[in-house]
Amino acid sequence: MSKTLLKLDSVCTDIAQYHILHGVSLEIPEGGVHVLLGRNGAGKTSTLRTIMGLWQARDGSIRFRGEEISREHTSDIARRGIAYVPENMGIFGGLTVEENMRLATHKGQFDRQRLSRVHAQFPAMEKFWTKQAWSLSGGQKQMLAIARAMIEKRDLILIDEPTKGLAPAIILSMVDAFREIAQETTILLVEQNFLFAKSLGQTVAVIDDGRIVHTGTMAALAQDSDLQTRLLSLSLDSHQ
Amino acid sequence: MNLIATQIERFGGINLLPVLLAVVALVLIGVPSTWLTLTVAGLAMGMMIFLMASGLSLVFGLMDVLNFGHSAFISFGAFIAASVLAALGSWVGADNILLNIAALFAAISAATLFGLVAGWFFERVIIKPVYRDHLRQILITMGALIVAEQIILAIWGGSPISVPRPNFLSGSIILGDVSIEIYRLFAFGLGLVVFLGLYAVLNRTRIGLLVRAGVENREMVEALGFRIDRLFIGVFMLGSALAAMGGAMWAGYETLITAAIGSEMMIIVFIVIIIGGLGSIEGTLLGALMVGLMGNYVAFLAPKMALASNMLLMMAILLWRPYGLRPAVK
Ligand SMILES: Nc1ncnc2c1ncn2[C@@H]1O[C@H](COP(=O)(O)OP(=O)(O)OP(=O)(O)O)[C@@H](O)[C@H]1O
Ligand SMILES: [Mg+2]
Repeated sequence: MSKTLLKLDSVCTDIAQYHILHGVSLEIPEGGVHVLLGRNGAGKTSTLRTIMGLWQARDGSIRFRGEEISREHTSDIARRGIAYVPENMGIFGGLTVEENMRLATHKGQFDRQRLSRVHAQFPAMEKFWTKQAWSLSGGQKQMLAIARAMIEKRDLILIDEPTKGLAPAIILSMVDAFREIAQETTILLVEQNFLFAKSLGQTVAVIDDGRIVHTGTMAALAQDSDLQTRLLSLSLDSHQ
Repeated sequence: MNLIATQIERFGGINLLPVLLAVVALVLIGVPSTWLTLTVAGLAMGMMIFLMASGLSLVFGLMDVLNFGHSAFISFGAFIAASVLAALGSWVGADNILLNIAALFAAISAATLFGLVAGWFFERVIIKPVYRDHLRQILITMGALIVAEQIILAIWGGSPISVPRPNFLSGSIILGDVSIEIYRLFAFGLGLVVFLGLYAVLNRTRIGLLVRAGVENREMVEALGFRIDRLFIGVFMLGSALAAMGGAMWAGYETLITAAIGSEMMIIVFIVIIIGGLGSIEGTLLGALMVGLMGNYVAFLAPKMALASNMLLMMAILLWRPYGLRPAVK
């Protein structure tokens, strides 16, 4: 078994006066794609935001490579090598594609090799390089958001529902992209599209009402249709 | 119709609004020499308002901070410049242009430097404790404004103070039957230099890139590994310094100032950043030029409408573009 990269232990998060996460415990091993599933409002986005320090955890611990990060500032967490692709993609519309990418580099310089790899993976990025990002289509914005997370070497990428609103063909090309990224980086993927999640994930955790209700390998869940029905019927129904 | 629209876009689109305003005014005024004098006055006034307003727009754009104390920097800038000019009276009145310039430079630098330092203090002590809490921001910055005005009254007294103008700036240039005050040309030039400098920093440097990104989405900039709060204090100091510089220029323009100078300008400053669209200096410049021109044309054409005209301009623009002319993308 590979060693643990990220470990959440009974993490509780409040937003204003609401209790949102009620003790999330989750272990992400180093390498590969790991999926967090759950119905709408289950707390997937809140979990990612808490890891990123965008919400403060009220209680519990978050360890990255064994070090406690739950009290750290978001920018310090990012500098540890964690990238975040939020649900709304977080693209800077007034900036060009190039400027968006440049901001994601540490020093403002591109590593040529990585850049050409990004361009090969997402040709649209090269084509619209000097265009303002608001003019991109939804799918292109999503590609930019992912390209931004891979322009430098990261240890962990948190991605929130990248397939939302995308055409099936684009989703297929995204599977390729994620497989490529996962060669060197660990991915924690929040997803509602089970087919997409199934084709990528090694492990899976299911969250409901701010608690993890199931963890295991993706292969086991993919074979056990009873378990799928029990855990995911709600999310599948609500997504069709 | 579409063809006309693309042509307008090609020649600058919305940036042509001040030109349109000037053309309409020329028709209404009818006398070219009068029109030219008013136009220069309007552009000069617009540039001074731009100095006072640009910082506030960026501060709001970057951190959603509502700073009603901004006008204190304008007032302090005005009074500090007035005092420096008075202290250097012999240089100001000398027939030597180098001494004139030295006095002016000292006055503007003193005001700007004060704005920089006071801006740092103000941000740390007044603003920092109330990030993300609009109600408290309004209350505490209003309170700070009252304190600042009382300090000005205590130091400079309640009666109007006259501001000496350096010799070389006090005359006019006569072109045919048009007379143009040199001070106005100077104010316009200084404002333009500051705008170009700001524009270059925002669009050509990494810090500027971070500021533009932060205005759009603060959280995402932090998630990429940068500290917005450290960036913000720099922007706040710069904005305060520019407000003080604007106040200093305005003092020289009015030549007679009272402690209310800042609050009087503040209404116009708010109108300008709302018209221009929050968070963008191009928008602020556009709004400031429109307001400056409008103010001067209307003061000539229908003096009683002078105050109302800016309000009407704001309403008209907001009906057309609810977020202002050139807001930062949000
Ligand atoms: N800013 C907020 N203020 C108050 N409650 C919030 C806020 N954001 C989220 N919540 C609540 O927290 C709970 C979890 O939300 P979260 O966004 O984490 O769900 P999710 O699993 O990502 O859902 P979805 O699949 O719809 O994106 C929901 O009940 C939601 O109403
Ligand atoms: Mg979500």
